[in-house]
Amino acid sequence: MTTRTVEEVVPYDDVVLRYDPVLGLEVHVELGTATKMFCACPTVFGAPPNSQTCPTCLGLPGSLPVLNGVAVESAIKIGLALNCTIATWCQFARKNYFYPDMPKNFQTSQYAEPICVDGFLEIQVETDEGLKPFRIEIERAHMEEDTGKSTHQGGSTGRIHGADYSLVDYNRAGIPLIEIVTKPIEGTGRDAPEVARAYVTALRDLLRALGVSDVKMEQGSLRCDANVSLRSSPDAPLGTRTETKNVNSLRSVEHAVRYEMTRQAARLNVGERIVQETRHWHEDTGVTTSGRSKEEAEDYRYFPEPDLPPIAPAARWVEELRAGLPELPAARRTRLMQEWGVNDFEMQSMANAGALELIESTVGAGATPSGARKWWMGELARVANDRDAELGDLPITPAEVARVESLVAEGALNDKLARQVIDGVLGGEGDPDSVVAARGLAVVSDDTSLLAAIDDAIAADPDTAEKVRGGKQAAAGALIGAVMKATRGQADAARVRELLMSRLS
Amino acid sequence: MTGHSADLTRRSAAELAALVASGDVSAVEIVGAHLDRITEVDGDVHAFLHVDTDGALASARAVDVARASGQDLGVLAGVPLALKDVMTMAGVPTTCGSRILEGWRPAYDSTVTRRLKDAGVVVLGKTNMDEFAMGSSTEHSAYGPTHNPWDLERIPGGSGGGSAAAVAAHEAPMAIGTDTGGSIRQPAAVTGTVGVKPTYGGVSRYGLVALASSLDQAGPCARSVLDAALLHSVIAGHDPLDSTSIDAPVPDVVAAAGRQDISGMRIGVVRELTGEGYQAGVQQRFDEAVTTLVGLGADVVDVSCPHFPYALAAYYLILPSEASSNLAKFDGMRFGLRVGDDGNASVEQVMSMTRATGFGDEVVRRIMLGTYALSAGYYDAFYGQAQKVRTLIARDFEAAFGVCDVLVSPTAPTTAFRLGEKLDDPLAMYLNDIATIPANLAGTPAMSIPIGLAPEDGLPVGLQIMAPAMADDRLYNVGAALEAALLAQWGAPLLDGAPALGGAAA
Amino acid sequence: MPSITRDEVAHLAQLARLDLADDALDHHAAQLQVIVNSVATVAEVAAEDVPPMNHPVPLVNVFRDDVVGPSLSVAASLGSAPAVEDERFRVPRILDEE
Repeated sequence: MTTRTVEEVVPYDDVVLRYDPVLGLEVHVELGTATKMFCACPTVFGAPPNSQTCPTCLGLPGSLPVLNGVAVESAIKIGLALNCTIATWCQFARKNYFYPDMPKNFQTSQYAEPICVDGFLEIQVETDEGLKPFRIEIERAHMEEDTGKSTHQGGSTGRIHGADYSLVDYNRAGIPLIEIVTKPIEGTGRDAPEVARAYVTALRDLLRALGVSDVKMEQGSLRCDANVSLRSSPDAPLGTRTETKNVNSLRSVEHAVRYEMTRQAARLNVGERIVQETRHWHEDTGVTTSGRSKEEAEDYRYFPEPDLPPIAPAARWVEELRAGLPELPAARRTRLMQEWGVNDFEMQSMANAGALELIESTVGAGATPSGARKWWMGELARVANDRDAELGDLPITPAEVARVESLVAEGALNDKLARQVIDGVLGGEGDPDSVVAARGLAVVSDDTSLLAAIDDAIAADPDTAEKVRGGKQAAAGALIGAVMKATRGQADAARVRELLMSRLS
Repeated sequence: MTGHSADLTRRSAAELAALVASGDVSAVEIVGAHLDRITEVDGDVHAFLHVDTDGALASARAVDVARASGQDLGVLAGVPLALKDVMTMAGVPTTCGSRILEGWRPAYDSTVTRRLKDAGVVVLGKTNMDEFAMGSSTEHSAYGPTHNPWDLERIPGGSGGGSAAAVAAHEAPMAIGTDTGGSIRQPAAVTGTVGVKPTYGGVSRYGLVALASSLDQAGPCARSVLDAALLHSVIAGHDPLDSTSIDAPVPDVVAAAGRQDISGMRIGVVRELTGEGYQAGVQQRFDEAVTTLVGLGADVVDVSCPHFPYALAAYYLILPSEASSNLAKFDGMRFGLRVGDDGNASVEQVMSMTRATGFGDEVVRRIMLGTYALSAGYYDAFYGQAQKVRTLIARDFEAAFGVCDVLVSPTAPTTAFRLGEKLDDPLAMYLNDIATIPANLAGTPAMSIPIGLAPEDGLPVGLQIMAPAMADDRLYNVGAALEAALLAQWGAPLLDGAPALGGAAA
Repeated sequence: MPSITRDEVAHLAQLARLDLADDALDHHAAQLQVIVNSVATVAEVAAEDVPPMNHPVPLVNVFRDDVVGPSLSVAASLGSAPAVEDERFRVPRILDEE
């Protein structure tokens, strides 16, 4: 039974006062292999409908699956990166149910014998009380195949409800998927939504670092289903959970979890039970709506896939893959913290801003860590914010930022001038050196011109000059300011102070 | 019809191949003779669901052209063949004996079909079968039963009754069948022909519409062991499109068929597959054949395979379970029949109406049985337990093959029964496979060869030979030896004694 | 011995997407019961420590290289479809959320 009525919710603070949330997150990753899981059809995104199909991925009579070796390799790499045990023996199983986007009306997946089990991912969660570490236990990661894609016709919204019929494109059917399932996530308390988001974010970054998928949530190559339940206390038995799908962004993960908690609490508060069901998240309205009822848990009648022999990854192969893993985000994080001398919070801020790689590249181009951080997290972050853009999208490269920083370090520019150079680069005027030349932004550091300006300033403000002569050093600031103004900010402020003090001593 | 043409339909596949290779007879003439024979008798026999006259003639012409230009021909080039309608053939109707695939023309050949075409074999058409290979009598075909050429009121066996009848009625010198629980061997036994189930994995299943994926195998049907060997050698071998196919050289079955010496070979008679439940005449001919084997120098021993009595039960749990899943794809969405799509019915309703309309009773029965056996709460006791029993049966074979080279039994418990006799009693129908099922469960190869007519009804009796996995050649070795000895006893092939069909003189 | 009731058959038919007529349900229930009684004899076999045999041939690790191969043309893919629109398979309305 479906319902479109908006349900009651309870203020979030009340929810966490009365209830203890338990989460379960299932993430599906579409692998970036060249071919599908069980056939040699290409996996190019956006191809004309049903142009990347064959008897196997269409489930035509007599067709048979043949396993993609790179998909197995990717599955193992993911398991290793998640600190899982890699099975010495596993097999595929058929998950039997009828749905038009499933060509065989069973999905070839893994059930009792998945390829990876019992891992964990350490994450950092931003909470009201600052950055908190959290360890997410991973139940399993297993291989399966994606379904086709249906579009619903005839209704007003393009959604299933009220649609007269549907059109199915099987290009996506058979694309390799890895499903990563957490163990019940307990002890999150009021931070449950943030934990959920942080986990999916960390997982996404991990998968990207491994190079196994382009992990674009908006394109569906990374999907998250959020399971939420409430119980009266951590000692109470687990409550009934709902599963929320259509969570298409990191923000949605957080919002959907928070909403489900408030919705469930509202029902529990008045003594109503939670219906075990699949719900659908709507980012536009910020609610979940009821979908397919899972009251009777669907009987998938799993049995081992007879068309595919078992997989027994050789220990040596697994070790080779382990040795070949790239530096993973957690290890990289630790290394950078050490190299840059920053703490967890600063690290997380940089990660959140999407600045880590940019800063790392800038350091690689010769800047100091603190110099690189200053620009990306300061001026450039402000510009990105103003433009409502991502840092990485700004039209300035790490090499250019490093060049600006080095000009400052060698005294050719001061901070104010440097900001103008950055401005010029962002504006498309050219690289830093060209902008400096074109705008004439070099720091004035020859003493003669400086002394001239200093003398002018003293002459214009004799009272202040007198105070300085009298020992009031602090008053010098006004005179320095006048010199800076006269030189349009291009004077080397420290040198001006030196010369001024010697002039007035 | 000329006497020459009639002669051509009486020839073996090996002889026909030689005639083509030497240029004595054209492939076109050979296929023409068989097409004529089909026209003459298939109204009575109903072995064929579709005769691909144009395609067959075109293939035959191509062989003649190749021969004339001096190209190397395959060992069976120009020889006609009947293809069980469960194997896909591009552009040709493939129904699997079901309404749900009525008119479906696949866009792809099965690997077996492709290998036959590449070898210059001339595919005459598609043969009748129990719907989706579920049955032992071909009475469950949605297109009407096939009739046994020995007695048109009787069943030709199943599920591959069409292929066996086509061969027995001389409509084709050879055919392809598929065997999941005996569907090549049992029809062979009741029609007096030769049928072989290769080692599981020996012949590609790509394009073989799946019934039970862990049991199905395609194999040769013929009138002689040598013909079956030739066909076996053409279709067998590793296929990268089939993950369960064996990546190893095909045993030299043709050489084995030529080597008729079996002196010293240890032949085990399986105690659990004889005696009670076996028709008296069947048992008698079997015992006589065993005596013949002794006369050929073989050592015959009595072996026990104690778990074989559970094979039928295990099979009728495993098969329906896998089949219920394999047949889920027939839902009216992507191909085949669609029923009830009036613009208002939901997809679930259309799927359900399509399947209820398109599937026959036996298929519906087995789908539900399989759904039940896999259900939550029943899996362990049924499907799970059956797979364990299967292991024990495989171990029984292993132990038996530790003390013998091959095992023998009657192929089927009875001769051909009457049409309609067992239709209302599924269990009675299932019992036809009691001797053939163990080899499917274990994945080991097995062959049926004709060993005479039962005295009480004058109908053919088959003997089953079973060998260890990958030792298909042993079947042909023993089978050819026994065949030669029996031929010497009889003075003429058994099939020569079959009643005349159609209007032709025998 | 589990008994196959009419309701059980109706449930199985629903799981298997088979629209069976009411009178067929009783008929199937009776036949299924007979068969189930017979095949349930597998329970008599002592097999606690016996591994299941899911594959008769002992293969493992059958992989394919990740290299693109030929697909069917769009026409061939759609060629047998009962209904086609916009180069897609047209299917009747789906009742619930995906």
